[in-house]
Amino acid sequence: MTTKIPPMHEGEQAAQAPINAALTPEQKIAALREMLRIRRFEQQALNFYKQDKMGGFLHVYIGQESVAVAAASLMNGQDEMITAYRDHGHALAVGMGMEECMAELFGKATGCSKGKGGSMHFFAPDKHYWGGHGIVGGQIPLGLGLAFALKYKNIPGCALAFLGDGAVNQGPVSESLNLASLFNLPLVIIIENNGYSMGTSLERSSSIKNYLAERAEGYNMAWDTANGSNFYELRAKLHHVMERARKESKPCILEVATYRYYGHSIADANAKKYRTAEEIEAYKANHDPITLWQEQLLQEKVVTEAVITEIDDAAKQEAAASIAFADASPWPDPESIFEDVYSQIDQGTHFFSDQA
Amino acid sequence: MPLITYRKALNEAFAEELTRDESVFLMGEEVAEYNGAYKVTEGLWERFGSKRVVDTPISEAAFLGLGVGAAMMGLRPVVELMFWSFAYVGFDQIINNAGCVRYMSGGLINVPMVIRGPANGGTNVGATHSHTPENFLANTPGLKVVAPATPYDAKGLMISSIRDNDTVCFMENTLLYGDIGEVPEGSYTIPLGVADIKREGTDISFIAHGRAVLTALAAAEILATEHGISAEVVDLRSIRPLDEEAILNSVAKTHRALLVDESKPFCGISSQIATLIAEQAFDELDAPVARVTALDAPAIYSMPLEKLQLPTAERVVAKALTLF
Repeated sequence: MTTKIPPMHEGEQAAQAPINAALTPEQKIAALREMLRIRRFEQQALNFYKQDKMGGFLHVYIGQESVAVAAASLMNGQDEMITAYRDHGHALAVGMGMEECMAELFGKATGCSKGKGGSMHFFAPDKHYWGGHGIVGGQIPLGLGLAFALKYKNIPGCALAFLGDGAVNQGPVSESLNLASLFNLPLVIIIENNGYSMGTSLERSSSIKNYLAERAEGYNMAWDTANGSNFYELRAKLHHVMERARKESKPCILEVATYRYYGHSIADANAKKYRTAEEIEAYKANHDPITLWQEQLLQEKVVTEAVITEIDDAAKQEAAASIAFADASPWPDPESIFEDVYSQIDQGTHFFSDQA
Repeated sequence: MPLITYRKALNEAFAEELTRDESVFLMGEEVAEYNGAYKVTEGLWERFGSKRVVDTPISEAAFLGLGVGAAMMGLRPVVELMFWSFAYVGFDQIINNAGCVRYMSGGLINVPMVIRGPANGGTNVGATHSHTPENFLANTPGLKVVAPATPYDAKGLMISSIRDNDTVCFMENTLLYGDIGEVPEGSYTIPLGVADIKREGTDISFIAHGRAVLTALAAAEILATEHGISAEVVDLRSIRPLDEEAILNSVAKTHRALLVDESKPFCGISSQIATLIAEQAFDELDAPVARVTALDAPAIYSMPLEKLQLPTAERVVAKALTLF
């Protein structure tokens, strides 16, 4: 018995998948806009990181933007999302603002976490976005809990839990796969396989037959793979597994082939040593999800070059404005160190659930 | 008032809260169909069903994390660890996720979860099953830690912990599960962070939590009858939040402090209490702050030696006499 999802809507035929055929020109343009916003936001962040405007780590998502944007475009208000520390793209894709995100990177009081979380810890529960988690693989048990809560509350949504190819080898991820399948939870696990677990290539870090997602077989769980450079394919396959989770309350793994152009984090001094410059350039030239989506939309005559430039310029301006906002924002008050630790103290009440 | 066991008191707390609040569920290894490894959840699966009382595989990291994720979404998981010693395989979920998510989200997300189970030595199961990690947990701002010594406190503190909007680490004790005490029927709460004077005294303050409270009470009785010394026993009940006022008031009254603690002495709970007294009640002291704790080695298996490793009433009495 195989639990591989039968091939469907792959490559060029993916545009004809009903979920893509239903896209309006505006929605297609919105996807392009979101991808460009993420890229321009992070390019600005990189620039200002180098100017010492932020501390710690900065794990940029550039090259992988299609994944978060495709997933967010399919969330229906009853779905939940959680990811790891490479989280800026997911945050912007679900609708968090550039200003609050940039201010968080700057450690300012106006940041989405009031300067308490930093790059790896963006959250927006009102947008069904549960972080932003720093410990590799540690967010997958939380994603399990999101799916559990959906099922418990009889909400017909799914939980999208993202992780990287390196995180697949963390023990709690394996435990979670077993539990998700055992409990029939509506959990969609999305492996963003960018080929490198920090500086260790997939081949050097994971023992697999063909795909990381194949490990689902051992848990009697369905799985599939998708090409992250092809927005239509990605979206069609995501839609399929999300619908399956929502309607049948069953988990699955979708492994997305993608690539990051920058290092594991900005502190990754060897970003161009464990892989060749040619490899990076080849991805940029041939697999860039934004370039390919632009070409697709040009071919469909959904946009013109002028429209693309206009959208891109707007994204650049928005990113620049977010820098100005963050730079001008105040630092948090020293007293705020002690705030947000406990609900009891903040709310002046001990029994939160007295009204239940 | 009915006389029931510590175990039954906890069981009643779960039944009360499962009935009162649909968002409460119990989860853990053997909690449902097996009725709990220590029978603390006995009968609850039969009464409340598989949705509310959930058996898990042996995967502490996954089900602790599941609890955190479900709590973020507004459910109130009560997650049993068969032993608190097993928390170590899921520590990332407790410390980094349950303990830090509220802070790192700038207060946007709450984690109203209870993590509970026995945390004690003294049962001849060797070091790996005898840990008392309340100091590790209380060292994490964002987590709360409680350790009831009596059936009455166990029920009231458990109900409070389930209703609390933060993660509460609830430290039980297999040696206390069979203890019997007066426990009211129905629902009542004991606020976290409020100590209880289990015995009034004038000459020395014994400050303890969990089973060490009973050791301190036994020692106080010996001191009273054999030495004419009046010891006060302060039961902390909750480690974090800590009732500093109760500790300081008692020390101001008796001018002597002896800390009785079944956890290890090095960077232990007793170290924190000693610091508090040194910083805020130094001038009240007529003698140095003293401690009787677990002997500072991994829990030994050998039966007679393990009895020596944990605080005994005799050790407490002997140490107390050195302070006069």
